[in-house]
Amino acid sequence: MARKLPKKDVVIIGLGWTGSLLAHELTDAGLDVVAIERGPWRDTSTDFSPTQDPDELRYGIRLDLFLRPAQETFTLRHNVAQQALPIRWPGAFIVGNGVGGAGVHWNGHTWRFLETDFTLKSHLTQRYGASALPEDMQIEDWGVTYADLEPYYDKFEYIAGTSGRAGNIQGKMQAGGNPFEGPRTRDYPLPPLKDTAPTALFAKTASEMGYHAFPRPASNASEAYVNPLGIAMGPCTYCGFCERFGCGNYSKASPQANVLPVLMRKSNFSVRTECEVLHINKHPGGNVATGVTFVDSSGEEWDQPADIVLVCAYGLHNVRMMLLSGIGQPYDPKTGEGVVGRNYAYQSAGAAGLLFEGKRFNPFVGAGSLGQCIDDFNGDNFDHAGLGFVGGASITTSNYHGRPIAMSATRAPGTPAWGSAWKKQVASTYQNTSAVAGQGSVYSYRDKYLDLDPVYKDRFGRPLLRMTFDWHENEKKMTRFIAQKCAEIGKAMGAKHVTPRSLPDHFNVVPYQSTHNTGGAIMGDNPKRSAVNRYLQSWDAHNVFVIGASAFPQNAGYNPTGTVGALALWAADAIRNQYLKNPGPLVQA
Amino acid sequence: MSSVLSRLFACAFGLAVAGTPLLAHADGQDFVTIERGRYLATAGDCISCHTAPGGKPFAGGRGIMTPFGVIYTPNITPDRDTGLGAWSNDQFVAAMQHGVGQNGELLYPALPYPYYTKVRRDDLVAIKAYLDTLDPVRNEAPPNGLPFPLNVRTALLGWNMLFFTPGEFKPDAAKSEEWNRGAYLVEGLGHCGACHTPKNQLGGDKTDKVLAGGVLDEWYAPNLGSDLRTGLGAWSVEDIVQYLKTGRNAKSAASGPMAEVVYYSTQHMTDADLKAMATYLKDRPSAPAAPAPKPLPAEDPVMKAGLAVYQDNCSACHVSTGAGIARLFPALKDSAVVQADEVQTLVRIIDQGTRATATKTAPTGPGMPAFNWKLNDVQTAAVITYIRNAWGNAAAPVSAEDVKRIRGRLTDTAATP
Repeated sequence: MARKLPKKDVVIIGLGWTGSLLAHELTDAGLDVVAIERGPWRDTSTDFSPTQDPDELRYGIRLDLFLRPAQETFTLRHNVAQQALPIRWPGAFIVGNGVGGAGVHWNGHTWRFLETDFTLKSHLTQRYGASALPEDMQIEDWGVTYADLEPYYDKFEYIAGTSGRAGNIQGKMQAGGNPFEGPRTRDYPLPPLKDTAPTALFAKTASEMGYHAFPRPASNASEAYVNPLGIAMGPCTYCGFCERFGCGNYSKASPQANVLPVLMRKSNFSVRTECEVLHINKHPGGNVATGVTFVDSSGEEWDQPADIVLVCAYGLHNVRMMLLSGIGQPYDPKTGEGVVGRNYAYQSAGAAGLLFEGKRFNPFVGAGSLGQCIDDFNGDNFDHAGLGFVGGASITTSNYHGRPIAMSATRAPGTPAWGSAWKKQVASTYQNTSAVAGQGSVYSYRDKYLDLDPVYKDRFGRPLLRMTFDWHENEKKMTRFIAQKCAEIGKAMGAKHVTPRSLPDHFNVVPYQSTHNTGGAIMGDNPKRSAVNRYLQSWDAHNVFVIGASAFPQNAGYNPTGTVGALALWAADAIRNQYLKNPGPLVQA
Repeated sequence: MSSVLSRLFACAFGLAVAGTPLLAHADGQDFVTIERGRYLATAGDCISCHTAPGGKPFAGGRGIMTPFGVIYTPNITPDRDTGLGAWSNDQFVAAMQHGVGQNGELLYPALPYPYYTKVRRDDLVAIKAYLDTLDPVRNEAPPNGLPFPLNVRTALLGWNMLFFTPGEFKPDAAKSEEWNRGAYLVEGLGHCGACHTPKNQLGGDKTDKVLAGGVLDEWYAPNLGSDLRTGLGAWSVEDIVQYLKTGRNAKSAASGPMAEVVYYSTQHMTDADLKAMATYLKDRPSAPAAPAPKPLPAEDPVMKAGLAVYQDNCSACHVSTGAGIARLFPALKDSAVVQADEVQTLVRIIDQGTRATATKTAPTGPGMPAFNWKLNDVQTAAVITYIRNAWGNAAAPVSAEDVKRIRGRLTDTAATP
């Protein structure tokens, strides 16, 4: 029997980016907020001390910051006919754990999605006709527009100290920025990061080929910065240990660097770390949640009553929490009915590996989001007529790390994998390796979804989340097209070996690909096709908001965090300025 | 909301203090006096010393490391048996102004009565009125760790005769009201001299070196005189105000005991009071600047070794020019702490690490990691010698023996609030 704690105004499940942004906003509104975080407390000066980090073996290979499968994992199958099996070591994606969540180990890519990404279904249908889309493709409009989210994108970029160059300020095109981006109110808070040799070569080559190169938006501070909360960031030292690492220089944006120093000072905020929420509690027979039940590190169960429940965990965990709590009807691929678990999507890759000769790229001089990009083949920025697919990718040459263990895996064709010849090659390829990489969209399909596994359970006896996912022909074709474009650029850059790579026949969970899992609790206008409304409020329990990439109806050709941050601030605004005045559904179905 | 209100109150009363008429006594409902007392108790930073690590605020029990032994602070909550609950205003004023306890016993100057003697009686009564509103906490401080004959309190009679000049602050009519307010706070309640004035063998102030820099518990509290290299000479009034208000400025950041002062005390003081203190500090008669020593040349082998250590371990934050990052990583170039005659703070911070205080206006509390597991005495001495003589800095080199000696005396770093 769980012991009962005093009631709070708000309980937040998970203290990563979304949890801390919402906690900051709602404590500012005067609410008493508690966050419940499954992992440990982590702070910059105590956990990411520059004397001890970076250690590639500890963090990069053994994944010290990440969720252990013993805590929670997922089962996977390619289609409904298969038996799903548990993922026993993080592979294709690696999920954060602890205060800061994935905001600790990310690279800092801070994209805004394209205007047409938010109205994808109506836009593509209008431009190409409904018959141009595969029959089982289940894409949706988001229920919000780019214009709705623009102020919140802006707010997130200023909180995160994003470095970049605007392409479109209030409709006026800016030289050197991304001409395809939607209009922004103002420029980035910080100028772009400095280029390195391979990124500068990409930008020059792409421009000569008629494409529109621009620096990748990076929440790695290019200069010293103080964000609107009064929190200071130090300039990035280009140490190249962002991805999979915490930042000890206060340079990479994270909840601990950019929000928690203010949040933790507030008397109306508290956090319980190493406490795992088991489920959201519902009022018997009612359409509201009453709080959550969690278990602490000694195994004791507690009830935390609250007026508002914010589900702010990793996207996949948000979906599982909804299913475990019985909030929203689970999706059934046979009938197409139900909403929770619907429209799961992922991220695709089409790329070209490049091996040069005689270069000195010095890849150890890097930053998580340092790169030059083109958006000429992303989303619907190009005419898809006759191509046989929809979607696209942002294409980048980046310089985000020179980690020696990871980089020693790169070999020229024909080189042995061991011995003196290998060692010689490693020394050479380290300085000569680069890539042109396309990060591609994945659109959602009727038969790809999330539900509770009927066999495998976690340490508390709760069913694991089952993923039913495989690549579809549309994405395979798209990445082949993108890989071809990447290879053309790579050849023009002067690479000696160019190796195009596109999606394999089937999704393989073993090699790392991307941690951008999306969907499963998607937003939208129709409660029969979405789990949450345009304010990320559950259609079924009006005091439950589900925040994160779980709300994406399908995935775009970008990293998700910029949009996740914008959605969190958008939802926070709706709660502050609409919901608190009149608690109830913010959208009438 | 309530904190905003209380700050407004603090602001109003802080400004009014200088001209407030004497109050014979305060009653428990006299909120104006109580609020003034709260502000003054904050300005005096009573909470820092009178709170044990992890203990209840003001309930005492914190060990104060003196060169003579540890002295535990008493409970100043209004508990009748173990605190100030049974003390009269006169008894409280006698303790603060004359170092005399409730029963006439002499108090150790760990209670900085040589400074508090300058605080006016009405201000002390207001502080007592505020302390009386605290929740009484029963807490007896542990016995002091002083050896014979220092544990015999009558020995303090002689000490007082030698080193203690009682008497309330006398304004200097030739100076502005702001200057006098600053002097009153710095010399009195602020008891800045407790750390920043060097002490003689018996722990008395060296009266010819007031605020010229002192060593306490292996921290060096820098010179607050006008020396450009080792004092506040290069700091403007605004620099000082910003430092006291936020815990940092473009030149430095508060850590160690000064972090406590900023966290518990000065960040809560009014801008007017901080400006008054800064005005006084900048206009205070101080010793003439000592001539700078000739910096060690870059070719010196120790400088070369120090540069190598610096580049590998320090330059990511403090940057290769020693300029640091404003508001985050303190500058080492032109730093008074770096160029001071005493190097305890440098050895301690490199050895144990520290954390700059996080304040309301500068909420990031950046950390300096400990290097004790990474740098030996020779390397530590080399890097300290390097930063003391690079980028235009000039100060005497530090030997590995110096480092070893200081390291051997270090106790646990005071936790930065």
